[in-house]
Amino acid sequence: MKNIYFDHAATTPVDARVLEKMMPYFSDNFGNPNSQHAFGRRSVCAVDEARDTVASLIGAKPSEIYFTSGGTESDNWAIRGAAHANAQKGKHLIVSAVEHPAMITTAKELEKEGFEVTFAAVDEFGRVDIAKLEGAIRPDTTFIGVMTANNEVGTIQPIAEISALARERGIVFFTDAVQAAGAIPLNVNDPAVDMLSFSGHKFYGPKGVGVLYVRSGKRIGKIITGGHQERSMRGGTTNVPGIVGLAEALRLATADLSQNAAYVASVRDHFIARVLNEIPYVKLNGHPKDRLPNNANFSFRYVEGESLLFSLDLAGIAVSSGSACSSGSLEPSHVLLAMGLPEGLAHGSIRFSFGKENTIQEADYAVDKLKEIIVKLRALSPLFPKDLKNEVY
Amino acid sequence: MYTEKVMEAFQNPKNVGEIENYDGMGMIGSEACGDIMQVFIKVDNGVITDAKFKTFGCAAAIATSSTATEMIRGMTVDEALEVTNKKVIDVLGGLPPQKIHCSVLAEQAIKAAIEDYKKRHAAQGC
Repeated sequence: MKNIYFDHAATTPVDARVLEKMMPYFSDNFGNPNSQHAFGRRSVCAVDEARDTVASLIGAKPSEIYFTSGGTESDNWAIRGAAHANAQKGKHLIVSAVEHPAMITTAKELEKEGFEVTFAAVDEFGRVDIAKLEGAIRPDTTFIGVMTANNEVGTIQPIAEISALARERGIVFFTDAVQAAGAIPLNVNDPAVDMLSFSGHKFYGPKGVGVLYVRSGKRIGKIITGGHQERSMRGGTTNVPGIVGLAEALRLATADLSQNAAYVASVRDHFIARVLNEIPYVKLNGHPKDRLPNNANFSFRYVEGESLLFSLDLAGIAVSSGSACSSGSLEPSHVLLAMGLPEGLAHGSIRFSFGKENTIQEADYAVDKLKEIIVKLRALSPLFPKDLKNEVY
Repeated sequence: MYTEKVMEAFQNPKNVGEIENYDGMGMIGSEACGDIMQVFIKVDNGVITDAKFKTFGCAAAIATSSTATEMIRGMTVDEALEVTNKKVIDVLGGLPPQKIHCSVLAEQAIKAAIEDYKKRHAAQGC
């Protein structure tokens, strides 16, 4: 039985070098950095060093880095914290229609609190329509949030243009870089952003730890109240091993970025080319070029995504489906619908996300299996037209 | 999340396909909802002698289609009308709560096929 992991956008394994760095902070150096004694001081040093590392890797100052429990908390904090801090100025927020649920759901919660939210439209590739976004800006707009790259289809957003639109009007610009971190270069000054989030486990770091960058001078409210951790902005005992691991993972990912990205993209491109050439009635979702190097997302016509996901799973291939059944709701992916895909195609979407340990041989095995599975499921499908031949090439 | 019986029925579904000269056909669901089931039945003297299906849907939808068509073979049409989604779920050893709607579709597709049969039967005047 094969064991092929093509779901790196969901999470990645912890790199052995990262784990090695973390280990001492579970047992030998277990001190609470808030403690006044030597045990605590050793942990303070480790966290300070990690903060310096993260800051320098993304062009930020250490005082602009806040450690959190992950991408969802960072996203929640960014939109909620900025919305509340600027509520006197205005109560209108703009987020793209293809944001992660961590943003969309929080924006909808803020609507219940009396904020107004515009969900900015995207084009067929999932890119924010700049003209429409500009048209949505109002005098009372205080926040614009657009992800650096999309988690489902991998489309890279024009954040330099969006940031310019926002910042020249004094609107806070936030970008969720959870999928982009470790995959494409990140620098908070190029393009300039006011806030940025990412999570350790997407680039071979540990789960349960993330970052929110907040530019000096930008005000943000708290969402987790407690002790004096994170300069009194985020309570909760500091996750020392997690923070150490996140910093080391980001250091390694940044050092090897161009090499890893080129390799992962070569496996991914081989996979995409074979799928498009050998399986008929397939659509590649997302932008053909401006997409993350690790992402391939397809809609297989006449086939439902979850049955495809389980068939691949039974063949030892782990992928993700944005479709209804797997997520437990009846709604197809909000990202694909925002891109204008018909619901049938949105239900048949599958995301393959590749990593540095994947090989061309694995990609080939997956395509071969995929071809068998597609023929089988299309033979089962009442939607497959009788006048078409159910075949692959 | 799925029982072994569900995975087995999903991997090796029985009664897949169409019946050329069917006596009843029912199709339920929509592409927009992500589930469509089509059931064909052959009826002889009020007894379902053959049942086949085609399904666009999740693993649970395919498994329930296979199991439900398996259950109604050999039943009279009136007995088949008593095959509820609960009975199908029991045979499969349970379904996750968010998948219950798939088994409802199987029940409805069978009922639609039987109604279609009854209409055709009545039209023939027998």
